[in-house]
Amino acid sequence: MIKRGLLATAAVAGMLAMGSFSAAEAKTLVFCSEGSPEGFTPALYTAGTTFDASSRQVFNRLVEFERGSTTIVPALAEGFEVSEDGTEYTFNLRKGVKFHTTKFFTPTRDFNADDVIFSFERQRNADHPYNKISGGNYEYFNGMSMPDLIKDIVKVDDYTVKFILNRPEAPFIANMGMDFASIHSAEYADAMAAAGTLDDFDQKPVGTGPFQFEDYQKDSQIRYKAHPDYWSGKAPLDRLVFSITPDASVRYQKLKAGECHVMPYPNPADLEAMASDSDVNLMQQEGLNVGYLAYNSLMPPFDNPKVRKALNMAVNKEAIIDAVFQGAGKVAKNPIPPTIWSYNDATVDDGYDPEAAKALLAEAGVSGLTTKIWAMPVQRPYNPNARRMAELIQADWANVGVTAEIVSYEWGEYLKRSKDKDRDGAVLLGWTGDNGDPDNFLAVLLGCDGVGGSNRAQWCHKPFEDLIQKAKTTSDFDERIKLYEEAQIVFKEQAPWATIAHSVVFKPIRPEVVDFRIDPFGGHVFYGVDLKE
Amino acid sequence: MSQVQNTLDQNETPQTEAPKPISPFRQQMREFWFYFSENKGAVAGLFFFLFVVLVAVFADVIAPHSPIEQYRDFILIPPAWQEGGNAEFLLGTDPVGRDLLSRLMHGARFSLYAGCIVIVISLSIGVMLGLSAGFFRGMYETIVMRVMDVILSIPSLLMALVLVAILGPGLRNAMIAISITYLPHYVRLARASAVAESARDYVTASRVAGAGTWRLMCITILPNCMAPLIVQASLSFSTAILDTAALGFLGMGAQPPASEWGTMLAEAREFILSAWWVVTFPGVAILLTVLSINLMGDGLRDALDPKMKRS
Amino acid sequence: MIRFILTKLGLLIPTFLGVTLVAFSFIRMLPGDPVELLAGERGVSPERHAELMATLGFDKPLWEQYFSFLVGILHGDLGTSFSSKQPVLEEFFVRFPATIELATCAIIFAALIGLPAGIVAAVKRGSAFDHTLMGISLTGYSMPIFWWGLLLIILFSSPDMLNLTPVSGRISALFWVDTQTGFMLIDSLLSDEKGAFKSAAAHLVLPTIVLGTIPMAIIARQTRSAMLEILGEDYVRTAKAKGLSPFRIVGIHALRNALITVITVIGLQVGVLLAGAILTETIFSWPGIGKWMIDSISRRDYFAVQGGIVLIASIVMLVNLLVDFMYGLINPRILHRRS
Repeated sequence: MIKRGLLATAAVAGMLAMGSFSAAEAKTLVFCSEGSPEGFTPALYTAGTTFDASSRQVFNRLVEFERGSTTIVPALAEGFEVSEDGTEYTFNLRKGVKFHTTKFFTPTRDFNADDVIFSFERQRNADHPYNKISGGNYEYFNGMSMPDLIKDIVKVDDYTVKFILNRPEAPFIANMGMDFASIHSAEYADAMAAAGTLDDFDQKPVGTGPFQFEDYQKDSQIRYKAHPDYWSGKAPLDRLVFSITPDASVRYQKLKAGECHVMPYPNPADLEAMASDSDVNLMQQEGLNVGYLAYNSLMPPFDNPKVRKALNMAVNKEAIIDAVFQGAGKVAKNPIPPTIWSYNDATVDDGYDPEAAKALLAEAGVSGLTTKIWAMPVQRPYNPNARRMAELIQADWANVGVTAEIVSYEWGEYLKRSKDKDRDGAVLLGWTGDNGDPDNFLAVLLGCDGVGGSNRAQWCHKPFEDLIQKAKTTSDFDERIKLYEEAQIVFKEQAPWATIAHSVVFKPIRPEVVDFRIDPFGGHVFYGVDLKE
Repeated sequence: MSQVQNTLDQNETPQTEAPKPISPFRQQMREFWFYFSENKGAVAGLFFFLFVVLVAVFADVIAPHSPIEQYRDFILIPPAWQEGGNAEFLLGTDPVGRDLLSRLMHGARFSLYAGCIVIVISLSIGVMLGLSAGFFRGMYETIVMRVMDVILSIPSLLMALVLVAILGPGLRNAMIAISITYLPHYVRLARASAVAESARDYVTASRVAGAGTWRLMCITILPNCMAPLIVQASLSFSTAILDTAALGFLGMGAQPPASEWGTMLAEAREFILSAWWVVTFPGVAILLTVLSINLMGDGLRDALDPKMKRS
Repeated sequence: MIRFILTKLGLLIPTFLGVTLVAFSFIRMLPGDPVELLAGERGVSPERHAELMATLGFDKPLWEQYFSFLVGILHGDLGTSFSSKQPVLEEFFVRFPATIELATCAIIFAALIGLPAGIVAAVKRGSAFDHTLMGISLTGYSMPIFWWGLLLIILFSSPDMLNLTPVSGRISALFWVDTQTGFMLIDSLLSDEKGAFKSAAAHLVLPTIVLGTIPMAIIARQTRSAMLEILGEDYVRTAKAKGLSPFRIVGIHALRNALITVITVIGLQVGVLLAGAILTETIFSWPGIGKWMIDSISRRDYFAVQGGIVLIASIVMLVNLLVDFMYGLINPRILHRRS
C-alpha cells in the first residue's frame, strides 16, 4: 500500500517538477541497464554496456545500421563512393548537423570534415594530442585491423572525406558503422585542450546524436535529454534515464513496478512469468551470436573429423537449450547465426544419436577416451552458464564411453590458455557479431590466421580458408553469399566445433513503450522510441 | 534437559561409585556439565549441532538421492507440501533437477569441514608465530606483530576475496584465505600469554634446568596459555562457516556442482522470485548451524568461567 | 594527550607501509593477464600485448613499480582504474558517501534497538523477556547477511508478498536529483523534486536492516553484559538497597556506558561493517565502495583493487585511532593506563 502511495507521489512530484522544465509534460523513459559504462568515448572501450550509454545515444557515425536490422544506412555521410579497385572510399558529409549544446560546452560551428579526421586520427596517430588520453587503447580499432587497413584519411573539402585503404576489403563499410567509428566534436576537443582538461573529454561526451548527455552518477544512473536540433528530427522522448541495476530479478521487479520501461538480459528463470504478465511486453529475437565447443583439431584423436563428429552426435543439444538457456536459445547448426546474411539453411546438423556416436567412435578406432571440457568462468549471452553446460556435456559423453573432466580458469587466464596450440581438451566459448558481416565470424574464428589465437579449434583447413579469403576481397555481394554458403558446408563436414546454440534475446518492456526495436547487435537504441499515456 | 543430565550421570555411575575420591578431571567434567546444562539454549544447540554432524557423517546413507544426480524430468519442483510438489523430493529440486534435501545434507559436510580446517590452520600457525614472537622478542617479534596489524587493518572479507582471487576460486583456497585473516587473533593471544608466562618462576626454573628452547615453548609454556586460545577457536568456528558461505555466495568459494550452502545460494539467486525454496533452505541451514554453534559457545563460556557469565 | 596521539600515529606508519606492500604484491600475484581480459574473446597479437603491458607499467622491474606507487601515494595519486581510465582516488571518493550513508544508518539503527534492548534485558535478567531478547540477538549474530538480504527482499519487496520497499538502488530513477553532497538523503532534500526524500529513505530501509543486524546483536549483547557488571557493583547494590528503582539506577549509568559500548562496537567493527557493506551493497546494488571493490576484483581492475585496499585499510586505521582518542576523552583512566 505504501508502495502504491509512494509511486503516486513520485508521479505527481515528477509532473510538478517537469512543469517547471517545459509547459508540456516531459516524457521520461527509464532504461534499467545492467551495468556501469566504462566511460563515454566508445573507441576506448569494448563493452556493450558502454556503447549503450555512449555511441548509441550520444553519437553518430558516417554510416549506421538501420534501427533493428544489420542493414547499413547513411547517417553523418549522406552517401559514399567506392573506387574501381575497391581501395578508396569517398564520403559526402551531411550539412547543417548540430553538436550538443550542454552545460559544459557550446558549439560555434556545425559538423564538418575536421570532426571526422579528428575522430579517426585520435585512434590512428600515436602523436595525436588525444591519442594517449584515458589510457589510449583503441581495442576495436586495432581488433578490426584498421591500422593495417587504412593508408590515409584525406580531407577533400569541408564536406568530403576520403579513406584510402592498403587493400580492397569488402567488410570495411560495415566497420564504419561500428561503435568505435563514432564521430566526436573536434571543436570540443580543442576547447578541452585549451582549458587543460583533456581527461574530461572522455567523461562528458559531446556528439551529434539524438540524446545529449546531462549527468552520470557512478554505478547509479545516467541522464540524457533529447537533442533539440537533431539532424533527423528531435526524439519523441524528452528525457532518457539509465538506472543501473546489475541484478536481473531486481530489474524485473522494477519493470513491474513501473520504475523502468525497458530492461535488458532478463533471467531465463523469469521468462515464463514475464510472458503471462500484463505489465510486461516480452519481445524476442535471435541474437547475433554463437556458442560453441571447440575441439583442438591439432591433438590426436581430435585431428580426426570422425571423432569430432561422433562427439557432436553424443551431445543432446535440446537438453542444453532447456537446462542452460531455459528456452532462451536455439540449437545452432552453423557457425554463424541465422540473422546474418548468407546463413545456409540447407546444412544438416549432427543429430543427437548416442548409438551412432558409439559406432562412429569405434570406426575411428577410439575407445576409453579421456579428455577435458573447458568451462568459462563468466556469463555471456551465447552461454549463460558454461559450468552447467559443461556438466550436461560431460554426462552425455559419459554415455558413449568418453570420460571428461571439467576445468576452468580465471577469465583472462582462460582466454589466454585456450589459445594454446597444445591445449588439452575442448573449449566452451562463443562470439557476438560486431558488424553483421559473415567475415566477422568465419575469418576471425575459423581462419588460418587465427590458429594460436582467436581460432580456438586450431583449425586450418585449406578448402575453407580459400573460400573465405575469396569472399573477403570480392565486392560482388551475390558472389560473397555463395562463397560463404559453401564455406558452411565445408565446416559441417569437418566439424571443428560442436555448434551449440544461438541465444534468443528477450527484451521485456512496459506496454506503454511504443516502437522499441531489438537491436541485432545486442545494443539498445532509444531514438524513435515513444511512450504513450 | 535435566533428564539428559540424569542419563549421563547414570552412565557414569559404575565408575564414580568407587569408594576412592573422584578424579579431578572427572570432577571438572561434572562441574562443567552442571553449568553447561543449566543453559537450556546451549543444550539445544549441542543437540542440533550433533544432529548436523550425524547428517554430515552419514549423508551418503540417509540422503534420499545423490547430491549431483540430475533428474531432468523434475526441474525446479517445489517442496512436497506445495502444489506441484513430489514426495520423492521432500524439499523440491534445483534448476537442473537435483534433490535439494540431499544437497543440503551433503552440504553440511563442506561447512563443518571448512570450519574445522580453518581452525586447525589458523590456530596452529597463529600459535607458532605468537609463541615464538613472545619468546624471542626483538626484531622478529616486531615484524610478526606489524604483519598482523596489517592483516587486521584490511577487512577480513576483502582480504579473503583478494587472496582467493590470487589462489583461484575453490573451497580449499577459500579455507586458506579465511585462515590467514583469522591469524592475528591467535598470534596476539599466544604472544601475550607467552610474554606473561616466560617471566614466571616455573619457566625460569626449567630454563635453569637446561630445557631447550623448543621444549620450553611447546611443553612448558603452551599448555599454560591454552584456555583463551580454545575460547577463541570456538568463536571462530561459527565465523569460519559463515565466511566460507559468504565466499561461496560471491562465487569465490566452493565451486559448483559442490553443494556447499553458500554456493547453492549463489546459484539459486536468479530464482529468487520464481522458486523461493532454492533460495530459502540453504540459508536456513547456514543460520541454524551457526546459531547452534554459537549457543553452544555461550554455554561453553558460562561453564568454563561460571563467575564471569559473559554473554 | 597530543603525545598519545603522536605515538599512535607513529605506530601507524609501518603498518601503512605494510599495507601498501601487501596491496602492491597481491595485485602482482593475481593470476590472469590484464591485457587478455581487456581484449576478451577477440584476443590481441603478441606485439600489441607487449605494447599494452608497457603502457600499464608492468614491463618495469618490480622495485621500480613499487617505488613509483609509493611516490604516487605521497602525491595523492593511486593510479588509474583499468576499466574507467579514471583516477582511482576519484573513483573511490565518488562512491564513498553512499557507503558512509548506509553505514551510518546501520549503526544508528543498531544502537537505537540494541542499546535499550540490552539495558532492559540486563535489568530484567533471567526473565522471559531477557531470554527471548538474547535469543533474537544471538540469531542476529549468527545471521548469514547475504541470505538475510535475499529473504527480506522476498518478504518485503516481492510484488506477490508485502510489496512495501524498493528492491535496490538509492532512489527511484524517476527523480532527477543532482549530486551535491553525495548523501542521497541530503541531496534529495536539497532538490526541488517532491517525494525524492521519501523515495531515498524507502530505498535505505532494507539495506540498513541487513547491514545493521550484526552490529545490533553485538551492541545488545555487550550492553547487557556491561550493565550486569555495573548492577553487580557495590554502589549500585547500595543504591538498590536504598530503594532506588532499577531503571533509575540504570538511567544514571546508562548514558556513559552506552556511549562506550557503541564506540567500541564502531571501533572494533569498522572492518566487519565494511566487510558487511561488501555483501549488503552487492545484494542491493548499492553504489558504494564495497560493490566497487567486488566489481573491481571480478573484472581484475588491478589498480582499483590496489588503491582500494590501501584506502580502505587507511580508513580502518584512522577510525581505530579515533576510537582510541574518544576512549581517552570519555574515560581518562584508559589514557593514563596506556601512556
